[in-house]
Amino acid sequence: MKPMTRITHLDFERVAQKTVKQLLLIIVTFIALYPLYWLVATSLKSQSDYLYNKFGLPWPILMGNFLTALRGGRFLRWFLNSTIITIGSTLAGTTIACFAAFAFAKMPFRGSNAILNFVISLMVVPPVVMIVPLFILYAQLQFTSTYQGIIILYVGLTMPFSVYMLTNFFKTIPHDIVDSAMIDGCNYFGILWRIYIPLSAPALVTLIIVNALWIWNELLLALVFLPRDDMRTLMVGITAFKSKLNLDIPVTMAGLLMTTLPMIILYIVFQRFFIRGLTAGATKG
Amino acid sequence: MIRYKWWQPFLYLTPMGLVILFVYGYPLIRVFDFSMRRIRGASGPFIGFANYRFVLRNPIFQEAVKHNLFLLVGVPILVIIALIFASLLFEQLRGWKFYRFSLFLPYIMAVPVIGIVFSYMLMLNGSLNEILRFLHLDFMALDWIGSPKIALKSILAIIIWKEMGFGIVLFFARLMSVSEEIFDAAKIDGANWWQTLWYITIPQLQIVIEFFAIVSIINLLSWIFAYVYTVTRGGPGSSTQVIELWIFNKVARGAPNPGMGAAASVILFLATMVLIFTLLRLRMKVGEEE
Repeated sequence: MKPMTRITHLDFERVAQKTVKQLLLIIVTFIALYPLYWLVATSLKSQSDYLYNKFGLPWPILMGNFLTALRGGRFLRWFLNSTIITIGSTLAGTTIACFAAFAFAKMPFRGSNAILNFVISLMVVPPVVMIVPLFILYAQLQFTSTYQGIIILYVGLTMPFSVYMLTNFFKTIPHDIVDSAMIDGCNYFGILWRIYIPLSAPALVTLIIVNALWIWNELLLALVFLPRDDMRTLMVGITAFKSKLNLDIPVTMAGLLMTTLPMIILYIVFQRFFIRGLTAGATKG
Repeated sequence: MIRYKWWQPFLYLTPMGLVILFVYGYPLIRVFDFSMRRIRGASGPFIGFANYRFVLRNPIFQEAVKHNLFLLVGVPILVIIALIFASLLFEQLRGWKFYRFSLFLPYIMAVPVIGIVFSYMLMLNGSLNEILRFLHLDFMALDWIGSPKIALKSILAIIIWKEMGFGIVLFFARLMSVSEEIFDAAKIDGANWWQTLWYITIPQLQIVIEFFAIVSIINLLSWIFAYVYTVTRGGPGSSTQVIELWIFNKVARGAPNPGMGAAASVILFLATMVLIFTLLRLRMKVGEEE
């Protein structure tokens, strides 16, 4: 016969504690998700539905806001600009960082550590500090509202973090592999290209995601250096969108949802890489 | 060991060097120069520290500095929230993976998107106040971003909403790498939740707590432009003006004055550097004493 389970005072306390903890987590999760729910729900309401029902579920569901937001092609143009700039900066930045990190990790010379530390320390320089001189320089070079102009800036601003992360990763790859490759007649570039890059695939994916996320979401530099309407990025576009379509909140929300959806989808698919990459600065030590 | 000629590492470093010189080197040197000139077009006459005097006496700039300093209240709040919820997640109650996924979601969303969403939700007749009225809490339905007294606090709340996920996930990742034995031992010794948090979790997390605090300080001083720009544009009046927005307005808007913008940039740059070096020094001193 099974012994009767007696509910003791301690058991009760444990259950109560667990319930309170679950409740706290549910509340904070609700707070974290609510604005996103509101964004999705509002984008599916008609203007008049929204005025009477500001936080309830959308009914009937309306897809027309997305078409309205896309009308005129400006939105697609901004989307294209953001895509070109994000892909261009990420690829160029990662490639340049790979070369530099390889030198820092595997070709040490007198002073190389000092240079590395200096580059890493640039991470804390606020970008707004560089804006005034660059603004004047860009006007002279006619770099304002060009892809190459903004891409150089994004490559530079993501460089300290990229070099920091890749150098740390390259340092963990043992020398023995390199030695045997050298014996096989591989040169340095071959070692980087055929050994280091493939072995670093997870680190590279993480880095590319972090950089792409940052560039896609960036507002200040895009606002200053891409003033022409047809060169705007999505972030600048939606900010202007807001002031123009101030009254049609559901259409604005449809635009915002399309703006943020690519990153949310990436996050759902690559959650691990996002978390690992964005917390990379602190997991060491 | 790889054998290489002396010039080879420099070849690999050259592209990075050029980019860094262009994006950081040139502007950081030039901003000091520009801050002492009356800029018209590409340059202008040397005027010494006049720009600095003007900036420091400018009442709106002073307000901006005060607002940035006020926002630092967010640092302890963020640390406390992150500590509590990271240690709750660490207990791996049912659904913890979903909680972690959801709590990190705001952190990957674009600030402009968040700013615009909140600016509509927090309007006088926006979603938040409609909910409060629905719950018969009319007295709590305030003009969150339209009133000069509350707007800055609302912006701080939005920043905390977005950044807390980063802290929680950061602390949680660190806790997962701490050996479980320590926590088991505490449990066997009969430590309660608070004792575990105070005597084990916090000391184990010390390094990441410092890291997160420093990152948050940097963010709240010099990375909040996008929030302010999309939620209030510095208003109403100048009640949410911050240093970054002030500098931005000196290059991009109505009456541009790059010289003054440069002087304010130098002040922000030096303040950030001094603060970070002080923090790092403090950290090293504490390390030596231990």
